[in-house]
Amino acid sequence: MSSAVREGAPAGALPVRRESSRQWRRMVRIDGWGALLLPLVAFLLLVFVAPLVMTLAKSVTDPTPGLQNYRDLVANPLYLRVLANTFTTALAVTVVTLLLAFPYAYLMTLAGPRWRAVLLAVVLVPFWTSLLVRSFALVLLLRDSGVFNTALMGAGLVDAPVPLIRNLTGVLFGMVQVTLPFAVLPIYATMRTIDRRLVQAAEGLGARPSSAFWRVFVPLTAPGVAAGSLLVFIQALGFYITPTLLGGPKNMMVGELIVQQVSSVLNFGFAAALATVLLVTTFLLLAVASRFVDLRRYVMGRP
Amino acid sequence: MTRLLVRGGLSALALVTGIYLLLPVLVVVPTSFSASSFLKFPPEGLSTRWYQSFVDDPSWMDALSTSARVAVLSSVCSVVLGVLAALGLVRGRFPFRSGVTALVVAPIIVPYVIVGLSVYIAFLRLGLTQTTVGMVLVHTALAVPYVAINVASGLATFDRRLELAAMSLGAGPVATFFRITLPVIAPSVLAGAVFAFITSWDEVVVAIFLSGPDLSTLPVRMWSGVRVQIDPTVAAVSSLSLLATVGVFAGVGAAALARRWVRRHRAPLIVDLQGATS
Repeated sequence: MSSAVREGAPAGALPVRRESSRQWRRMVRIDGWGALLLPLVAFLLLVFVAPLVMTLAKSVTDPTPGLQNYRDLVANPLYLRVLANTFTTALAVTVVTLLLAFPYAYLMTLAGPRWRAVLLAVVLVPFWTSLLVRSFALVLLLRDSGVFNTALMGAGLVDAPVPLIRNLTGVLFGMVQVTLPFAVLPIYATMRTIDRRLVQAAEGLGARPSSAFWRVFVPLTAPGVAAGSLLVFIQALGFYITPTLLGGPKNMMVGELIVQQVSSVLNFGFAAALATVLLVTTFLLLAVASRFVDLRRYVMGRP
Repeated sequence: MTRLLVRGGLSALALVTGIYLLLPVLVVVPTSFSASSFLKFPPEGLSTRWYQSFVDDPSWMDALSTSARVAVLSSVCSVVLGVLAALGLVRGRFPFRSGVTALVVAPIIVPYVIVGLSVYIAFLRLGLTQTTVGMVLVHTALAVPYVAINVASGLATFDRRLELAAMSLGAGPVATFFRITLPVIAPSVLAGAVFAFITSWDEVVVAIFLSGPDLSTLPVRMWSGVRVQIDPTVAAVSSLSLLATVGVFAGVGAAALARRWVRRHRAPLIVDLQGATS
């Protein structure tokens, strides 16, 4: 891109003495094109950032100034159990998602262009269909009188319906469906860039195909697996609809607790404290992970 | 032999994954035609009674029109803001680049429950809860990153000599944008608009916080129909909602075909230029 096209191109050098002020001016310089960002930046600051800041503030001011909300959180084993459950559920979702996503992405690299398009389209279905509709559909499938149990009992495999919802199984069924594309896409993107000649070289040097796969190919997929796991885990922490609909009282996650605190107890300060914990955790995970993985590539590269 | 087995195993696993992703969606549609008041699959007797109960119930109809209004308005707003921002991100010189980029994508990273709680707290003071304006503002914020990302990637491969040619032939900056830049990046703008529409149309968590007796969107109305006890009408609405998504895609496909047709028949010169550059 030539500088002649830019409207605010620098108009010649300034004296050396004014180096620092020049640097400063260069830092805050904004040209005609850059100014086009201002409406969105102003909009997001007002509609998105300001409310977030208000919420963070509310967690230490409502009902009384101080850390009372956080003390309540730490003192009550019920709330701690919800937090712990949020983490273990998110972890379980991440593991199951990876177990399904890795072979799926690998098959995508082996398939021809047409099958690859089909596989991609299928994994993107959750992107395009409402989360609520899919969770509701899973209730119809998995409940005691649902399709699965009717079929199992009809075939005489079980006498009583197998409990598939109102427990962790239901939650996993529902959440993994939503998170699958977030793991498949980065893993596939990484696998596609791996030079297969490395695997061939290992085999040529006498490695069995299985050990060439596990010791050469799989380690090379690490960046994609790491990015996928992180995106899935972070997403899973904030789920509300799916665990509420498919889980039981024991499976309550922090999202449900936040809604409950606002809608039935009207305890805004405590809800804000929970939101703060969730938000800080999310950002910490992102900050730590972005040191190791180029997340921007995967977030931006989302189709 | 082993390779064949591995491939077979992988294909079987992918098939199971595919069924797992598609089955629920496919089950909803036949279930919605169930004649019994207790949804069964396979349905016992076919009827359209749940579609009838959807159309007859004013609370469902209000929710439908609210959702349509909010989704259209918020996708228009996010396209305007997002296209401008994409131009700035790709071509502009501005301070705090990484901070600004992070701000633009932040709405897709922050959990929706937190966004919902925050705007509820903020909008309560401003009297914007249970209003179309409030809903449109938030949905615009949630959808705008998709527009900005899509359009920015479209602009990254745009050949600016096309604009210089237009300007040297006497077109002003605005005319150049609308007659040269916009037509070329139209596919990514359209993709962003579709993303924005679907984001708003399907969004439920934030909408739950902002809804109430005065105003609620279709997904929120559905939520109250499945939360405690399942209202079979939800199955009918789910099917219609899926149909709407399919319709949007069909519309986009048709638009792409029409565009190709127009290009082929009207402006051979531009086609050649773009073919050479894109």
